[in-house]
Amino acid sequence: MSEPGMVLNNSAQAGATREQELIASVQGGQHELFYELVRPYERRVYAAALAILRNEHDAEDAAQEAMLKAFANIRQFRAEARFSTWLIQITVNEALMRRRRERTVPMEGIDGHRSGRGDEDSDYTPRDFADWREIPSEALERKEVRQRLAEALGTLDRKYREVFVLRDMEHLNIQETAEALGITVASVKTRLLRARLMLRDLLAAGWEQGWFSRLPFEKGTKPW
Amino acid sequence: MVNHEAVNCEQVWREISNYIDGDVDAALRSTMDEHFRTCKKCASVLAGTRNMVQLYGDERMLEVPAGFSRRLEQRLEQRLEKKPARASHSRWSSWAAWLVPVAAIALIAGGVLLTNSLTHGRFIKSYHALPANNIPPDLVVVVSSGSKIFHVPGCPFIHDKVTERTTTAKQAMQEGYVPCTRCLRQYLKTSLTGHPGADDVEREEEPEEVVSTGGR
Repeated sequence: MSEPGMVLNNSAQAGATREQELIASVQGGQHELFYELVRPYERRVYAAALAILRNEHDAEDAAQEAMLKAFANIRQFRAEARFSTWLIQITVNEALMRRRRERTVPMEGIDGHRSGRGDEDSDYTPRDFADWREIPSEALERKEVRQRLAEALGTLDRKYREVFVLRDMEHLNIQETAEALGITVASVKTRLLRARLMLRDLLAAGWEQGWFSRLPFEKGTKPW
Repeated sequence: MVNHEAVNCEQVWREISNYIDGDVDAALRSTMDEHFRTCKKCASVLAGTRNMVQLYGDERMLEVPAGFSRRLEQRLEQRLEKKPARASHSRWSSWAAWLVPVAAIALIAGGVLLTNSLTHGRFIKSYHALPANNIPPDLVVVVSSGSKIFHVPGCPFIHDKVTERTTTAKQAMQEGYVPCTRCLRQYLKTSLTGHPGADDVEREEEPEEVVSTGGR
């Protein structure tokens, strides 16, 4: 009998093989297969655009345009790169270009009034040190929990939010995140640290405000 | 640079993101591990940050607006259909690319067949088998056993004159005889006039003018 991990690995392998087949087919002219190729990544593409543009309508339009650009340039994709990373980078470029062009995206957020270079380089001190109990991933089944987490993310200043989304939600590595945003690896690490610590504090504050009051924890305990 | 022998809380917070990503060297990791065992504050920061990263990294956090997938697919379809020069951009256009020439060939073939059935098909028959038109039923004609054609008496194209006999046109036609295209030309159906085949018949019959007019 096969191990569960082996089944997952086989499944992932099959998925990767299928993706390679689809890429080759689309590059070879079977363009009708393109949507099947990008469908698994449509949520990631939208999330990347939303992190930069902060407007659902603009993010959807940018996500669609990024997909069309990916289609137009599919022959330039090389197998040594991850297709998902390539797609996300196109999306980030599209969103950044729109933001520069339109200049209408809100720039402020938590830490926004002190989001200059000096603040980025200064240390961030955590604010909440209460004992942390794990928030189970099952909590994400509840829409209001997902909404609260999204709202917390939305309060971050854009330079922290963008790095956090690409690194921790899109799962790009540090180097890929740096390349996508056109910043240094050191800047990615610095911004990611601040983003993570700020979000942790925001979640702690959110708990105190009752965001997660109906989570399935033992009575009388806090998740942290 | 972090002193690996002993780290304080501020140094831990500075490196905690790299620690979570596994981006610290073994010595620093060991030092931080020791710090987390003894510092409840930093252990809380580590646990909370890890938990938060895990939650946001969940696929369920990536939500799209209602109808997003449908609108994306439609926009891709629109773009693909704008490029007919390239092969099969969509399932629909792939079929259309084949259907258009197939339908054109079918239309042309159908047109040719229809035209043939209205015109050319009649000329497949022998000129000697053309039906009579308003031939007087009591016209005296000559038949013979050598063919199924009846003639006016004296027609030079009567076969097997040994077996010839005289009868009426009506009787001859009832027996399955058809009029001679030479001597009974004027009684043949003339709806094919203008067709090259009809001209052939006419040209072929010119010498017989004398015959038919010379009949009894």
